Amino acid sequence: MSVIYILLAVSIIVAIVFFAVFVFAVKSGQYDDNYTPSIRMLFEDELVKSKKEK
Amino acid sequence: MEDNTCFHCGDYCDKKNIDFQGRKFCCNGCKTVFEIFNENDLICYYDLQNAPGAIPEGVEGKYDFLSQENIIERLTEYRGDSIEIATLFIPHIHCSSCIWILENLNKLNSSISVSQVNFGKKTVRVTYKNQETDLKSIVILLSTIGYEPYISLDDFKSDKEYINRSIIYKLGVAGFGFGNIMFLSFPEYFEVHEYWLEQYKHLFRWLMFGLSLPVVFYSAQDYFISAYKGLRARILNIDIPIALGISVLFIRSTIEIAFDIGSGFFDSLAGLVFFLLVGKFFQQKTYAFLSFERDYKSYFPIAVTKIDKNNEETNIQVYDIKKGDRIIIRNEELIPVDGIIINGRAKIDYSFVTGESQTVTKQSGDKLFAGGKQTSGVIEIEVLKSVEQSYLTQLWSNDVFNKNKEEDFKSITNSISKHFTITILGIALISTIYWLFIDPNKSLNVFTAVLIIACPCAIALSAPFTFGNLLRIFGKLKFYIKNASVIEQLAQINTVIFDKTGTITSNKTSSAEYNGKTLSDKESLILKNSLRGSNHPLSRTLYNILDEHHIITLDKFEEHIGKGIEVTHDDINLKIGSASFVGNIQDTSVLNTTVCISNNNKYKGKFTFYNSYRKGVSKLFNQLKKHYDLVILSGDNEGEFKNLKKLLPSRTKLIFNQKPQDKLEYIKHHQSEGSKVLMIGDGLNDAGALMQSNVGLVISEDINVFSPACDGILDASKFKQLYHYIRASKSAIKIIKWSFVLSFIYNIIGLYFAVTGQLEPVVAAVLMPLSSISIVVFTTVATNILGRRLK
Repeated sequence: MSVIYILLAVSIIVAIVFFAVFVFAVKSGQYDDNYTPSIRMLFEDELVKSKKEK
Repeated sequence: MEDNTCFHCGDYCDKKNIDFQGRKFCCNGCKTVFEIFNENDLICYYDLQNAPGAIPEGVEGKYDFLSQENIIERLTEYRGDSIEIATLFIPHIHCSSCIWILENLNKLNSSISVSQVNFGKKTVRVTYKNQETDLKSIVILLSTIGYEPYISLDDFKSDKEYINRSIIYKLGVAGFGFGNIMFLSFPEYFEVHEYWLEQYKHLFRWLMFGLSLPVVFYSAQDYFISAYKGLRARILNIDIPIALGISVLFIRSTIEIAFDIGSGFFDSLAGLVFFLLVGKFFQQKTYAFLSFERDYKSYFPIAVTKIDKNNEETNIQVYDIKKGDRIIIRNEELIPVDGIIINGRAKIDYSFVTGESQTVTKQSGDKLFAGGKQTSGVIEIEVLKSVEQSYLTQLWSNDVFNKNKEEDFKSITNSISKHFTITILGIALISTIYWLFIDPNKSLNVFTAVLIIACPCAIALSAPFTFGNLLRIFGKLKFYIKNASVIEQLAQINTVIFDKTGTITSNKTSSAEYNGKTLSDKESLILKNSLRGSNHPLSRTLYNILDEHHIITLDKFEEHIGKGIEVTHDDINLKIGSASFVGNIQDTSVLNTTVCISNNNKYKGKFTFYNSYRKGVSKLFNQLKKHYDLVILSGDNEGEFKNLKKLLPSRTKLIFNQKPQDKLEYIKHHQSEGSKVLMIGDGLNDAGALMQSNVGLVISEDINVFSPACDGILDASKFKQLYHYIRASKSAIKIIKWSFVLSFIYNIIGLYFAVTGQLEPVVAAVLMPLSSISIVVFTTVATNILGRRLK
């Protein structure tokens, strides 16, 4: 029945990994500006288009 | 109507517009920006948004100070051997086109490697190779495409800004603990005494204990600190019962699992901390693009041009200006220190300081005060006082600027928590004593259960969610408030004090009245046409007021700076300008601004300018007079006394000729008599009064333009709604009181379980989140209804 130990360990490790990723994301400043990226992602098309026009 | 607006900036083009490649431009500046973008394949700028641009301003010599080492050092975030990073504040950022063009800066200057926009803060962070380019050329590049960065003395601080993200971390830890503990405690909720579960429950319990440690000792630490501070100051604040609840929960749960009595309350504990932090986070709505902490530093330039003894020009830092220095102020530059004009004719716009947009003319020998903006040509001044000792900046040495308004304020939550804490402790003691006689084994259980269930999570959440939500609703209605406690203070005010110029009057329009001999058709035709050619602000205002006439060519047009204009057409010779220029000696009314007119040296009449009051001023005052004492505190002379008397309710006090310091003292005096004062102002001269008042609001035509330190910024277009906003904040207090009632009902239900000694972990785990969530739902729905009524 000791499989429960493995399962528990795995579930806690997965949770801690997610938590670490969250901390990393906050630290890198991802939550400081939560508006501009939503617009920036729409721009890639225009950049390519204007390059082609050259 | 045919589209007659500028392709670049969207301004209305008059007849002298420029056609370029089939597009219309209002001026050469706009055309040039278009050309730059056209050459560099950046025309997409105009596809994303219609007419997104701004007219570029002239920058000749303005940014020379940016080549100075010590200034670059302060303005850049990072300086390496090959790259530099600088963050620049650009007020014009307003749409997706702006983001697009600014993030493609490398197409205009290949030395820029990355440029990243933060839309909320209106900043662009530029990384560039400092071998090939420098900060100055980047600032100039930005200015030429209409995105002029705003660089002020405020940027010249040594410590870089530290972003406090601890609330997000704490929330993350609490959420992490809460979620995992919930999973682990779930099997025990149903009390199935199954063999498998019995065997492993100890492991599960100790895991929960482990997960709760960071929640209690990291996430919840602020509550312990605040409770400790409250006790030391002998104030029973809301954090005391919370801290008590958390510690009792933790200690009892630990003892329970250590002695195998039960499964503990770790789930409720983590949930409680998580919900409390969510409330705290929600309340922290901030407007990144607005600053409520501004002082004169945000207005003042970093450097000025100094002339040394050998007549050489050097740029010096504003703090280094000493008494006796000679400095040059160019057109559109701000005067940073008090001084005397040595050379040149000054036309000073003191609108930053007083809100009055009419310029003042000064000649050599006249004294100038810091804070004015030169609007014509170059002047040379001799410094009388250093920056910190100048007339205007002295105001900031007043104690009031070092005081934190929030500290003296007793919030509604804290005033109820005093009674709450005493009641809860009383109930806990009485029930414990009762059980000591009935069943002593249960008494400790009951004592802790009361403290756990009575933990005022719902009460602590009512105010943050109500105010937080109202803050957002106000924000959408262009009423930007610094923090939640301002709403609470706004609800308590009983005196409203207004500044006059720029606050109840509008800067944009003023009205003029003509008295004198009637002008003939031909005379008014010439008048209109001569005003057309003049750039003086009074001419522009008068031009806009007068009736439309067709355009004629004048035979002679001469502008005498500081005096007026002289024009000749056919046999008519008109003089327009000041009374002395026109030759009208008997004109003695100096209180109001006038423009006199004479024909062939014969006096015809004069236009008298009156302040034009904002729409709805009268109505607003009539709404306010029923509930509040009203005062007008003006820095101006009494010229408008009669007009104001007519316009405003009779009980309104009108006080004129108030210096910034007088305004502050006036409010202080009224506060000592028990008044709660709302001050509404706009200029730097109100800064002291705004700080001293209980709530200081600033009226702003354009919220991106700087406003002095205050508690809230109200968009001028919403001025007439002010009364409704104050009423709304009063209703918010009512909502909070009702949600207190709601949470007391939950507490009574919970206390029933606690006092009778039947509190099971599952009851606590259901009751606590249920009460918190229903409070959140109630306050959110109620404030949204309130917000809908505001529109």
